[in-house]
Amino acid sequence: MAQQTMLLIGTRKGLFIAESADRSDWALRGPYCETWPVNHAIADPKTGTIYAGGGNEWFGPAVWKSTDQGKSWTHSSAGLTYGEGEPPIKAVWSLAVRDGVLYAGVDPAGLFRSTDGGETWEHVQGLRDHPTRPHWMAGGAGLILHSLLVHPEDANRIWVGISSAGVFYTGDGGKSWEPRNKGTRADYNPEDQRYPEFGQCVHSLVMAAGEPDILYQQNHCGMYRSEDGGQNWISIEPGLPSSFGFPAAAHPRDTDTLFLLPLNGDIAGRYVPDAKVAVYRSRDRGRNWQALRTGLPQENAFVGVLRQALATDRLEPAGVYFGTSGGQLYASPDEGDSWRCVAPHLPVIVSLETLSVPR
Amino acid sequence: MPVHVTLPAALLPLFPGAPRELEIEASTVAAVMETLEVRWPGMRDRLCDSRPAIRRHINVFVEGQRASLETPLAPGAAVFIVTAISGG
Repeated sequence: MAQQTMLLIGTRKGLFIAESADRSDWALRGPYCETWPVNHAIADPKTGTIYAGGGNEWFGPAVWKSTDQGKSWTHSSAGLTYGEGEPPIKAVWSLAVRDGVLYAGVDPAGLFRSTDGGETWEHVQGLRDHPTRPHWMAGGAGLILHSLLVHPEDANRIWVGISSAGVFYTGDGGKSWEPRNKGTRADYNPEDQRYPEFGQCVHSLVMAAGEPDILYQQNHCGMYRSEDGGQNWISIEPGLPSSFGFPAAAHPRDTDTLFLLPLNGDIAGRYVPDAKVAVYRSRDRGRNWQALRTGLPQENAFVGVLRQALATDRLEPAGVYFGTSGGQLYASPDEGDSWRCVAPHLPVIVSLETLSVPR
Repeated sequence: MPVHVTLPAALLPLFPGAPRELEIEASTVAAVMETLEVRWPGMRDRLCDSRPAIRRHINVFVEGQRASLETPLAPGAAVFIVTAISGG
């Protein structure tokens, strides 16, 4: 059946949706969510319902919801609270849905769950009860829970990425958690404390297609792969131009294929190396990397890409998309081999996700 | 005698049907928020946080003076709820 591809584009000034029947001609609509900053938007693949999480400086955090592909929206933050006397939640940063249960990661870092489609939320208390919690440090964007992976067959197994506390894992639906950062560096720590149990600055965390125990993380200090659900991490930096970057995206079907967008370094400007834009692709789990540049700016491109702003679609061949912090949206219909700018003047692009619907 | 409440313009699109100005029977700012919540569920969350307090970038003025949730309201008082000038 012919598919319509939709890109859910979370920006500092609302959610936008780009649509295409052929992944060549794109139509843009929006902004939605009353131009609130939208940090992450997803679609429930079973229902097509779109959820957009964000936070507004005036009005606080909320999850927006549309059941008609973005034409109309409601919002709620009922239950998105740590309770009286606790720090107020500033914004929603990450969303995930599995079997009708919706999850939200927030700032300051914590996890919430909704069983009624985002109308009301309950706090997954176990994460903030972890004994390391008083020692978690905020990263540049805040103490944000930005990465949220739910095991595709067992929803009790959840991985989260918190900046800059590291990766945490639960195997019992959120009651108990353990740090999973072994092998990842914290180069900013004193020399004898560079492999701590927690406190690493994870930038993004993604899961390989069909192999839920194969995880990848782009970290402030390196790029890593784990093949045991995050219990051990190994560096996959050789062949990359930099150990620094924010986003990563897994191929929708090929377990071994991963996409990255490295930046030049944390104290070097945080733009693409040599001001030339390239997406890096590995076909062998990060052992070898190929720079993909066709159609991307190769001169004076002082471009950054944020942690959730790289995504793949589920078509064959897979589409790859990224959005820059300068508001340019790029699309590749052929797994990164060629690129085109499909929206040049958006607000700061914070996140991208894709949805395919029958047309 | 009710108090006269003015809501911020940016709030109205979030709650279809909510008017810019309305009359409410309330003796404190907190009671105004309670009534708004009953009429438009979720509205208190937009104006107040969980400390609980008026949100950092929301201001409430009562008879021209900046108010808190505890501020008492005289009958007929004018309560202006406004968004701070912030953002970029």
